[in-house]
Amino acid sequence: MLKKDLGLLLLILIVGAIVATINPRFLSPINLSNTANLIGLFGLFSLAQAFVIISGGIELSVGSIIALLGVVFIDLIANVELSWALAVPVVVLLGVAMGWVHGMLVTRLGMQPFVVTLCGLLIYRGIARFYTEDATAGFAFGQSFPTLEWLTTGRSFGIPHSTIAFALVALILAVVLHRSVFGRYLFAVGKNEEAARYSGIRTNRITIAAYVICCGLTALAAIFIAMYTRSISPASHGNFYELYAIAAAVLGGCSLRGGEGSVLGVVLGTILLQVLQNLVNLLGIPSSLNFAVMGGVILLGVLADQQLIAYRQRASGAHTARTRASPAATA
Amino acid sequence: MHAGASAATLPIHQSPIREPPLLDLIGISKTYPGVVALDRVDFSIRRGEVVGLVGENGAGKSTLMKILGGVVAPSAGTIRLDGRSYEALTVADAMAGGIAFVHQELNLFENLDVMGNILIGREPLYGGPLRLMNRPAMEAQVRPILARLGADFAPDAPLADLSLAQMQLVEIAKALSLDARLVILDEPTSSLTLSETERLLRVIGELKTGGVGVVFISHRLHEVERCCDRVVVLRDGRVVSTLAGDMIQHDQMIRLMIGRDLRSLYIPPKALPGETVLELTGVRTSAYPEKTVDLAIRGGEIVGLAGLVGAGRTELARAIFGIDAMPAGEIRLGGKPVRIVSARDAIDHGLFLIPEDRKRSGVLLDMPIATNITLPDLASYAPAFVVDLGMEATRAEQQKRALGIRAPSVATTVKSLSGGNQQKVVLAKWLSMRPRALIFDEPTRGIDVGAKGEIYALMRELADNGVAILMISSDMEEVIGVSDRVVVLHEGGISGHLERAQFSEHNVLRLAVGKAI
Repeated sequence: MLKKDLGLLLLILIVGAIVATINPRFLSPINLSNTANLIGLFGLFSLAQAFVIISGGIELSVGSIIALLGVVFIDLIANVELSWALAVPVVVLLGVAMGWVHGMLVTRLGMQPFVVTLCGLLIYRGIARFYTEDATAGFAFGQSFPTLEWLTTGRSFGIPHSTIAFALVALILAVVLHRSVFGRYLFAVGKNEEAARYSGIRTNRITIAAYVICCGLTALAAIFIAMYTRSISPASHGNFYELYAIAAAVLGGCSLRGGEGSVLGVVLGTILLQVLQNLVNLLGIPSSLNFAVMGGVILLGVLADQQLIAYRQRASGAHTARTRASPAATA
Repeated sequence: MHAGASAATLPIHQSPIREPPLLDLIGISKTYPGVVALDRVDFSIRRGEVVGLVGENGAGKSTLMKILGGVVAPSAGTIRLDGRSYEALTVADAMAGGIAFVHQELNLFENLDVMGNILIGREPLYGGPLRLMNRPAMEAQVRPILARLGADFAPDAPLADLSLAQMQLVEIAKALSLDARLVILDEPTSSLTLSETERLLRVIGELKTGGVGVVFISHRLHEVERCCDRVVVLRDGRVVSTLAGDMIQHDQMIRLMIGRDLRSLYIPPKALPGETVLELTGVRTSAYPEKTVDLAIRGGEIVGLAGLVGAGRTELARAIFGIDAMPAGEIRLGGKPVRIVSARDAIDHGLFLIPEDRKRSGVLLDMPIATNITLPDLASYAPAFVVDLGMEATRAEQQKRALGIRAPSVATTVKSLSGGNQQKVVLAKWLSMRPRALIFDEPTRGIDVGAKGEIYALMRELADNGVAILMISSDMEEVIGVSDRVVVLHEGGISGHLERAQFSEHNVLRLAVGKAI
């Protein structure tokens, strides 16, 4: 655990303590469980985003993917009446295919990730609205999928299943990112693609894999979110979610220049964002200020972190200067 | 043709000899810790004089130029510029004194047009709060300068559309627009074609007639011979000779540039070279697609690949190693043809490259030594998907000790190491696998003398173990001192082979400029 993660944890605890003192409802089981559910839902696609950011890219189409794959999923099980056990892999594969296309455009055709995924954002949103003719997609009255609903929105021992899924995915991704060959290559490509290539890493494949993992995991998140909201208005569903994801990743220590970040950091970043969201609700702050509070905290957090690093470097620089100067002084 | 016009605008002084020099360097020395870069150098230049500055890499040319540009302060000596004496120039002094540089790498904005580049930061403006650029005034200012240089492009041509030679003219025009009295051309012809070089030489003549002093730094001694009034030869930081008039001769300059005893770097091989390990047949590179290279290197020998900058050596290495596409040709390793389309393929066949730009391509600076060492072979440290960190640390530690990498631990980031130790990390990366052929591109660039010796010893040890080694180097001492055999590249093609008995800087230089020995 890095100092950065510890600082983030401390910040979460402090904010939590303040909110709990002002409004004890913060610690009520129902509020904790709701917050945990949101952490799970947002955490899934925030982790996904982190993989692309570490590779040195960015994925802006997250929100639109969640809208498009959400309506496709609901359409498949509610109208096409495909078994959900088939619909889930179909939707995840669609996400994987989108990621593959993004990765190919970025690597083989040399397009900028920002441009590719910005176009994705526009295209998928448009298709989602066209697909439902701008109507809200949802289940028919009385339609229910008990097993699927239990899996996605149910609880075990009071813990929402979305949170459990998030924890499992985080655990797997932590091993992949921090312990596997692929994870090491991902950091190398993000840090210095040229040196990675000279070391025999097939850098294009690694970059494509990052987008595939990102969009595949976002597709999974889309299913969880669709089952949570149960109805999707394609014009607004998932709006700005890519920005939540980027914010969580950056708060968690990912550098937008690539090559830096950790799963634990992103998990903590997601938690902090949701606690802040909760704070706005519980402290009676007008909900219109929601984004302003989040933006302010991220700005201050990143600023404080940078100042702290600069301070530490100055301190250690002064230290080496002193140790270097001292033998000269005695001589 | 333009000579008359410009002579009228800037008449030559009647008696240039009596006039004080534009610039006078007296007894300039520059020492770095442990190195004397310049040793009591005297150098002067007058109006309308073209002075050549020649010397090998490391002779002190660039240090001298940095002192003139105000980038580096001399340790001793006096600089007289524009009637004033300085101990050291600042960049502002140099500019105010009318010194202008045209560097080998041009400092231009490709997204602006020609006049925008020439007048950057000094654009004439319309009055008023908006500070809009007065483009007609810009054009009026730039057009006569371009005409004087015989430029064949318009003031409003986008810079990106120009050839390299034309961009160079833009730099010279910029210098003239700044009222430069002394123009320093650093290797101006190294990437020009023959006819472009001719035009540049005419422009130099033009500047000379206009009363501008020109310092011409070049490895291309025939051009020096043609255009210079005087040539200053630097060697090991000293002015060894100043040639004038008929004394400016190609062979004479080479003799003066070399004229020193070579310290012996050569470690003789333990045995005769074995079978051919690496064989190139008809290899073309995208830099010189019209030339082919045939080359065979046997196990146990170190082959030096010499040539001027831009001769296509690095491009050849990159093509063989699978970094760049190879338009044509065959590579054989151990007699068998191999297909190499990526660095991974090359590595899997036991062909490794130690790249020229260590910091960009050789190492991951922000990552630990261990991570760097195991990167190309990481899969073998991960028997069950997860990298065995213990095994990684142990093996990295072994390599660190075997190569004598001086660092507190293998967890130290590479950024904090010296150049020599960083290079050893690059070597350690490859030597933890089994190399069959190694390409070293400038293996000791920016490395101190002690570490150089260690790297040469390592290269010989590898060769003695049957590895075929190709060493690209611009350091003449290294090429001659370390190689068993030298191959010289000139404009993408092999211009000659030298056996040890024929080794001399003279021979290598002649082949490098495309002449027979």
